[in-house]
Amino acid sequence: MQGRAATGSDEILAVDGISVTLSGREILRDVTFHINAGEFTGLIGSNGAGKTTLLRVILGLISPSAGTVRVEGGLRRQPLIGYVPQRITLDPDMPLRARDLVGLGIDGQRFGLPLPSPTRRKQVDEMLEAVDATRFAESRVGNLSGGEQQRILIAHALISRPRLLLLDEPLANLDIGSEQEVVDLLARIARDQRIAVLISTHDMNPLLPVMDRIVYIANGRIATGTTAEVVSSESLTKLYGVHVDVIHVHNRILVVAGRREEALQHGDTESIVELM
Amino acid sequence: MFSDLMLNAWGSASIVAIVAGVVGFFIVLRGSAFAAHALPNGAFAGAAGASLIGVDAIVGLAVFSVLGALTIAGLGRRARHDVATALVIVLMLGLGSLFLSMATEYAPEIYSLLFGEVLGVSSSELVPIAVIGVVCIAAVFLVYRPLLFSSVMPEVAEARGVGRGRMEVVFLLVVALTTTMAVPVVGALLIFSLLISPAAAARSFTDRPFTAMGLSVLIALGTVWSAIALAYLSNLPIGFFVGSIGAGTYAVGRGWSAWRRNRRSSRRTGQTRPRPAQVQTS
Repeated sequence: MQGRAATGSDEILAVDGISVTLSGREILRDVTFHINAGEFTGLIGSNGAGKTTLLRVILGLISPSAGTVRVEGGLRRQPLIGYVPQRITLDPDMPLRARDLVGLGIDGQRFGLPLPSPTRRKQVDEMLEAVDATRFAESRVGNLSGGEQQRILIAHALISRPRLLLLDEPLANLDIGSEQEVVDLLARIARDQRIAVLISTHDMNPLLPVMDRIVYIANGRIATGTTAEVVSSESLTKLYGVHVDVIHVHNRILVVAGRREEALQHGDTESIVELM
Repeated sequence: MFSDLMLNAWGSASIVAIVAGVVGFFIVLRGSAFAAHALPNGAFAGAAGASLIGVDAIVGLAVFSVLGALTIAGLGRRARHDVATALVIVLMLGLGSLFLSMATEYAPEIYSLLFGEVLGVSSSELVPIAVIGVVCIAAVFLVYRPLLFSSVMPEVAEARGVGRGRMEVVFLLVVALTTTMAVPVVGALLIFSLLISPAAAARSFTDRPFTAMGLSVLIALGTVWSAIALAYLSNLPIGFFVGSIGAGTYAVGRGWSAWRRNRRSSRRTGQTRPRPAQVQTS
């Protein structure tokens, strides 16, 4: 509550000066950013940039070597955060319906057997409806398509009514149609339920129409602000430490590192690397 | 077939089947078949050691299976789980061969630890079997939800405060207790079969987790009962029947789910994606 009073806004997540060193290697250095209620934030970075590590620090699964994470002004309390991890494999042979997986979001952490209750059932039904998953509520989760599974996992994460929803590469392995559906669903949730959504991805393009804020991560450091502020040649060149061009093509953004001097020396166009 | 002596056999085998059905559901769900293989076989060495120093076999079984469970859970956190499990079973079997070489008379007793002695269970043995069985089932019911959560999505469960390591220790201890109780009755090799096949078959018949667990118990009971009856009537070894009925129920289950899938996809043709099993690789 103190944190809220201090800023006077609906601040949900405050990451301040986080550094992480894992087995002698510095993964993150002095990462600071804040997220407000209802905001849609993209955590953008290439594979291995430290996106998952940062999410795991926010979840409290990794202790940072420096810095603090506060969620909604209070201390980091788990039920405030809903989490959809990267690349979940759900075995098609597993006897578990979509509805059961969502139900685990309500009371999966509690002891004892799940006793059937009308309130619980209604809660699950409403959540399935909210993510447009009623149609396959009774199907085995392992038999659903990637996009359908993603919606069930989002329902699972949301049913505990978190203030912050973290999603790790939820768009990976989705076809373009389901990619758009999942992005629209998340944007709607953030707006309607005033939940802060933080979503990590190596491709920012699907998020461009809905993103309020961007946290761009490279070399263990971040740049944050609006898309226009962060995704510019100037700011990304500073972050990467090599010359970076930002190219706009048909409402898409390409981030390209061109090591111009080297390329000119060797006459080698191959050393122009697409970063994102 | 239902004499006083046989009643102990029916009773103890039924208890073992119920516990194996319940615990086996989670073994198959978590993919812990290797641990379910290692613990009974390793515990067998404990029984051999116990008979060497003149202690009740069940004490040796308990000590070895619990130590084995804790070692697998402890090592599995740092190294690959299957390697940790393999090392535990290798070490315990090594000790077992040492104990056997030191023992003077062993052949029939050891044979019974591998294949069980369901027809030789006495009334006094029935009590500890029942007590441990109740403890195992109570433990599984107590941790049912967090264990299911952690088995399905370990990372998410961990973020909600269900520690992956803690669940693993609790679960392996339950498997160790099941081992302790079941090895004297059905033997190290048959308990493995009872932990895996009924639970694996049950998955084909229902989409609901708790129903699958119940079904797994029923299939385990059916397997054990028919195996005892057939062994009694035919005078063939009980292990043969437990093993082949187990594999048979699994085959029936796969056939049933394949038939159900075909029926469903032919009912709404055009709407379904090709199922993984039907995708042709060319």
